[in-house]
Amino acid sequence: MPGDITINICMGTGGIAAGGEAVMSAFEDALASADIAASVKKHCAAHKVGCRGFCARDVLVDVIENGGKHTYEYIKPDMVKRIVEEHLAGGQPVQEWLVKEDYHTFHGKQVRAVLADCGEMDPEDIEAYAGRGGYEAALKSLTSLAPTDIIEELKRSGLRGRGGAGFPTGLKWEMARNEPGDTKYIICNADEGDPGAFMDRSLVEGNPHAVIEGMLIGAYAIGAQRGYVYIRAEYPLAVQRLTIALGQARERGFLGRNIQNTGFDFDIKVKLGAGAFVCGEETALIASIEGNRGMPRAKPPFPAQKGLWGKPTVINNVETLANVPYIMRKGSGWFAGFGTEKSKGTKVFALTGKIRNSGLIEVPFGISLREIIFDIGGGIEGDRKLKAVQTGGPSGGCIPASLMETSVDYESLASAGSIVGSGGMVVLDETDCMVNVAKYFLEFTKSESCGKCIPCRVGTMRLLEILTRITSGKGRPGDVELLQELSEDIKMTSLCGLGQTAPNPVLSTIRYFKDEYDAHIIERRCPAGVCKSFIAFTVLEEFCKGCMACVRVCPSGAIVGEKKKPHRIVQDVCIKCGACFATCKFQAVRKRAVYGEIHTR
Amino acid sequence: MVRFTLDDQEIVVPEGITVLEAARRSGIFIPTLCDDSRLEPFGGCRLCVVQVQGIPRLVTACTTPVAEGMRVQSTNEEIERRRRTIVELILSDHPNDCMVCEKAGDCNLQELAYFYDLRTNRFYGQRSQRLVKDQNPFIERDMEKCILCGKCVRACYDIQGVGAIDFTSRGFTAKIAPPFEKDLDCEFCGQCVSVCPTGALMSKQSLGKGRQKDVQEVDTICPYCGCGCNLTLHVSRNEVVRVTSRPDTINEGWLCVKGRFGYSFINSPDRLKTPLIKKDGKFAEATWEETFDYVATRLGAIKSKHGPDAIGGLSSARCSNEENYLFQKFMRAAIGTNNVDHCARL
Ligand SMILES: Cc1cc2nc3c(=O)[nH]c(=O)nc-3n(C[C@H](O)[C@H](O)[C@H](O)COP(=O)(O)O)c2cc1C
Ligand code: SF4
Ligand code: SF4
Repeated sequence: MPGDITINICMGTGGIAAGGEAVMSAFEDALASADIAASVKKHCAAHKVGCRGFCARDVLVDVIENGGKHTYEYIKPDMVKRIVEEHLAGGQPVQEWLVKEDYHTFHGKQVRAVLADCGEMDPEDIEAYAGRGGYEAALKSLTSLAPTDIIEELKRSGLRGRGGAGFPTGLKWEMARNEPGDTKYIICNADEGDPGAFMDRSLVEGNPHAVIEGMLIGAYAIGAQRGYVYIRAEYPLAVQRLTIALGQARERGFLGRNIQNTGFDFDIKVKLGAGAFVCGEETALIASIEGNRGMPRAKPPFPAQKGLWGKPTVINNVETLANVPYIMRKGSGWFAGFGTEKSKGTKVFALTGKIRNSGLIEVPFGISLREIIFDIGGGIEGDRKLKAVQTGGPSGGCIPASLMETSVDYESLASAGSIVGSGGMVVLDETDCMVNVAKYFLEFTKSESCGKCIPCRVGTMRLLEILTRITSGKGRPGDVELLQELSEDIKMTSLCGLGQTAPNPVLSTIRYFKDEYDAHIIERRCPAGVCKSFIAFTVLEEFCKGCMACVRVCPSGAIVGEKKKPHRIVQDVCIKCGACFATCKFQAVRKRAVYGEIHTR
Repeated sequence: MVRFTLDDQEIVVPEGITVLEAARRSGIFIPTLCDDSRLEPFGGCRLCVVQVQGIPRLVTACTTPVAEGMRVQSTNEEIERRRRTIVELILSDHPNDCMVCEKAGDCNLQELAYFYDLRTNRFYGQRSQRLVKDQNPFIERDMEKCILCGKCVRACYDIQGVGAIDFTSRGFTAKIAPPFEKDLDCEFCGQCVSVCPTGALMSKQSLGKGRQKDVQEVDTICPYCGCGCNLTLHVSRNEVVRVTSRPDTINEGWLCVKGRFGYSFINSPDRLKTPLIKKDGKFAEATWEETFDYVATRLGAIKSKHGPDAIGGLSSARCSNEENYLFQKFMRAAIGTNNVDHCARL
């Protein structure tokens, strides 16, 4: 007798973008079709599930029967019929569409603690979450634990804030609990503004109930009656799933008045952010909820003392809060079993850049950068040489290839000149210019500064201008020192975390890659061949077949030459986009350094 | 009271005051651009940064309350170096046209540039593009000179309760503007002009009429109403060219549109300087003696012919309370009628 068959279709933002909805309806249609025996249909159920991290392979589809799981990758709607016929009805998985070895190595060294249920269940179904143990922790907390017990348990777990600063969560809750006053608030920070980061989005999309449950436990622990989720309006799917989940939690009596007959009242409001990075900073976030301009203010008083509407307020990151129900259910010992002495548990990272397997990963603290890049990430694309890893987004720094044994934890990354941050991890290879990388991040911070502090508002602009000068061949001796001095001044005198960390990408690239700065300034050379002022594209006559492929891709019409005769690139017209370089099959288009020609007498 | 150490000096101050306030009371100078003791601390210009033992970063004196046992360093090589960078950064985003600037000689930024001897600047580059186009009748807004200290915003919102301007945009393009960046359309109390540390906000009427070093200051009381706000008239070549008010007076330096901008009557050719008496259908200049006689005679005649209730008196909001008191006394006791009223009832 066939067991029940579950079909899980990845429908996070990545899955939907790859066509997840069409795949879902293809499954529904195929299962409804007359060709499939009713006995099969009865046992099959298709679910949408949240992101499991490997978005590059979407649409991913799991077929689970008798506890066994087969995963398909790159599924398109027209492939569904065959899966239904051969696998679901026929019992023979379609071998050639199943995930390959690298899918398993990608997951091999990961630990799914906070993401345990992401990608395994329908995020829009509270019963699916409850069926996997969801809301047990909240029920236990509200009925049989004192608020101080919860705080003690969290302290024992060693959980630290996942939003960037790494402040111990138990301690933060204790501070708010001990503040006098009857009105208190708990806020979930889902503003996630770092470029390239999608940890919190995936969590809210994949398991909104865990965030709600974490907030409920937190509210009970600190004595809050109302919570807010501050989430960016650019995350429509996350907002939609969160709103659905809030409605279901209210219906099931986990939010609202007299929760589960305990006499405890708590409800959550969703507040949409308008996409300002600085609104992730807690005092700016509070100002924004209050209806004011999102501008940070000086601390103290800390939000735990005087937060929203002047009342004691706890602000926690999405991932921090989503960890709470698992810790309360599985115990602080379970959680503290992962990680290092001072950095306990796991951390979700968005692994991107020049890496084979990019995506969302969850790893225990203490894993080395090498393990993440080469085991989970599968190494560098095209087998080029690893140059550095950028962690912590615009507030973080670059760690060079020579330090790949560095353990990923708060302290080790800090002593290497970077930070864990909220979890961005960008892998850079030999084709990345480090001055250009610093410039990229400064471009972001100079636009996202709130404008309050002079060193941040004007200083980041000046940093960017000096970097631009260097990358465009106008750097001057002394520019590196000027960058360092200005960076220190900005860090030391800015009000909030944005300004205090904005120069980090500059300082860390100077620390490890000063030779690249010098090459730009002194030799007018970009070692990675990225900065346009230092490169030129030319055609090598003896290789050119005159196939015209380059002429067709050149957006500026810079390439001249007749068919089957060698072509030439008009330098004054060329915008150095590199399209011809990437297109030429005969390697006739060469990238050369403008100042790099060597002539002998 | 709390006891703390400021530059190796033990100081006792009342609880709750800021390091900046404590320093001022002890005669220690800390530079600022966004501070005004009458407004909420802002912490934006970052010039008042000081070192507090145990805190790795510098903190702003204006937002840090004094705590028992705190050890604060208000100046040293590092602090001054960082403050200097901040002034350099402002100047790198400023027109620096002090030679022709209306505010020269009365400008906090100019003073700081002088204090830090900033003849050259390590920084230069793009300047904020802030459109200057405001057609309002009173306030010249040259926002290229704005350093975003936010004092005008706080004065407008917290003091005047109007909120006609606020910060808008982000990053290097951040600016202060009225809603939708339209022209200013408000009460025109000029509170913002009075707090602006640079030449970004100036009175239109004063432009070109004399900078601070060319004027003589004359303290007086506002003639417009019984409130009696303190005024300081700025006089150049026997002409009032600007009106300000000192922050240490009863009105704390705040004025209304009339007190601050309503002074053009002083030198107006239409201004009445003597009483006028109508003779043969035309007003003619008269002396005060003549006028008093005329009024007394006419009032006496009307009263004896038609009785005191045939006479009514209207006094003015521009008179002081004492004058208004005397006027009603005169009407009731000397004329004998209760027909007395006041223009502020309108
Ligand atoms: C400029 C700036 C942006 C930030 N953005 C975020 C964010 O998007 N999400 C977040 O959780 N924390 C962000 N933070 C950190 C928050 O201020 C705060 O420390 C955090 O939400 C606290 O939660 P945690 O203790 O759970 O980490 C940001 C901080 C700064 C200075
Ligand atoms: S450091 Fe930058 S972002 Fe933070 S308050 Fe100051 S200007 Fe705003
Ligand atoms: S206009 Fe003047 S007072 Fe207003 S923010 Fe700018 S510099 Fe400050």
